[in-house]
Amino acid sequence: MGVGVAQSGLARKEQVSGWLFVMPALVLLGVFMIYPILWSLWMSFQVGRGMAFSFGGFANIMRLTQDPVFLRALTNTLTFLAIQVPIMLVLALLFASALNDSKLWGRSWFRTAIFLPCVTSLVAYSVVFRSMFAQDGIMNQMLMGLSIIDAPIPWLADPFWAKVVIISAITWRWTGYNMIFYLAAMQNIDRSIYEAAKIDGVPAWARFWYITIPMLKPVILFTTVISTIGTLQLFDEVNLITQGGPSDSTLTLSLYIYNLSFRFMPSFGYAATVSYVIVVLVGILTFIQFLAARDRRA
Amino acid sequence: MSNPIALIGRTATYLLLVLAAFISVFPFFWMMIGATNTSADIIKGRALPGGALWANMVNFFTSVDMPRILFNSFFIAGFGTAMTLLVSSLAGYGFEMFRSRFREKIFGSLLLMLSIPFAALMVPLFIMMANLKMINTYQAIILPTVASIFIVFYFRQATKAFPHELRDAARIDGLKEWQIFLYVYMPVMRSTYAAATIIVFMANWNNYLWPLIVLQTNEMKTLTLVVAGLTSAYTPDFGVVMVGAIFATLPTLIIFFLLQRRFVEGMLGAVK
Repeated sequence: MGVGVAQSGLARKEQVSGWLFVMPALVLLGVFMIYPILWSLWMSFQVGRGMAFSFGGFANIMRLTQDPVFLRALTNTLTFLAIQVPIMLVLALLFASALNDSKLWGRSWFRTAIFLPCVTSLVAYSVVFRSMFAQDGIMNQMLMGLSIIDAPIPWLADPFWAKVVIISAITWRWTGYNMIFYLAAMQNIDRSIYEAAKIDGVPAWARFWYITIPMLKPVILFTTVISTIGTLQLFDEVNLITQGGPSDSTLTLSLYIYNLSFRFMPSFGYAATVSYVIVVLVGILTFIQFLAARDRRA
Repeated sequence: MSNPIALIGRTATYLLLVLAAFISVFPFFWMMIGATNTSADIIKGRALPGGALWANMVNFFTSVDMPRILFNSFFIAGFGTAMTLLVSSLAGYGFEMFRSRFREKIFGSLLLMLSIPFAALMVPLFIMMANLKMINTYQAIILPTVASIFIVFYFRQATKAFPHELRDAARIDGLKEWQIFLYVYMPVMRSTYAAATIIVFMANWNNYLWPLIVLQTNEMKTLTLVVAGLTSAYTPDFGVVMVGAIFATLPTLIIFFLLQRRFVEGMLGAVK
């Protein structure tokens, strides 16, 4: 009896301590994350300018379907996602598997060099890229010097090439970051599996395809999900390199939300609706990626 | 190894890596060369050191109140990092060491919240800060970043390696729970704190979108905002911009080279 009381007292103390440790974080997350995201949902059904809200039902959602700027921002964002994320992840895998060879000369130098871009601030590298891709800038001079192109490319003035610049910039910044994840995962793979395959005469590409890739599946899933979330929120680079131009050809959803809220006459309700498009996209794409990863395992 | 196919493969690997390393490092070289050239030369792609470094520096320091801006940047990044580490490590420790079914459910929903995009929070957060009269203050920048789900998750993972015997011994010695955290847990986990410091400090130092919304007067701006502001002119002076970009990159670059091992470990913490 006495022991039982002592135990339940101890258990209650454990409970109280547990709550006290997690409480500061939970309160802050409640105030600065859960409350705003719910408020944002409510706001997306409100219309009006500035702080004057009135209930608009599905008016904002109707407005989305007829807003050419929104549709362009959506298309641009999905284009960046569909082209940039696969290129970056394939490059990162390629570099990681090249660097996974312990007999490789200069291995740590290559690793440091390729990782270096993700130490820079987004703002600093964006302004550097903007100057490199100027009309008479260093990129055009190098490409013309190597006879890859005959005439300078209007990088930032042409809708197509502006997208190419943004995709190159993000790929430059984040490839090394993803490579580090792959490299760490590759180093955790038991070497004896490769030895055995080698003895059985399995060629290098097949060892990569049938051993490395399946073993890396959880990390590939993780990097795909974080890259998807990151690219769907793309803001810094487009705001600093192209300002969304020329003629909205690099406008992203995040930049459009920013413009709607802080650059033009504020339209907070509609901006919240656009922001929920990102929430829904992140949800759907993450779900699909998890399903795809599970299917292949079966 | 004398096999010709292996030789070709090896050459191709080196070519690929040399090219990748060159592309990765070139913008750094370009930034440093750029700081010594005039804006006109940078736009014309001059890749040799020029004589404009002094003029660019003078222009930068006359147009930017550097002591004030550096204070803002270091205060926001430094104080914010300390708060984030404290609050998030408390939670990571709490979730791991004091298990309950209800808290496990909360932890699971936190992981789902990890994918909430900031773009969906910025409008309500801005209105909230405006209502609280906190626009253009340090607290408005720091408060929303203090509870970081990613860092909570990171500390919970790391805490799995913290020996429970240490806590039990400390309890027998009569230490209270907060004393165990402060005097036993924190010293034992110092390498975890070091790695987390790097991640959080870098994120705070480089933060752009939220400070851009909240900090509105020049004397409150961070270095990141100032460098961004220098390029917003229709014809920016790229020589001055490059000087600013170097200053903005230097702190994280120094941390990286000093703590390279920890840095890489820190970035990997989440997938352990």
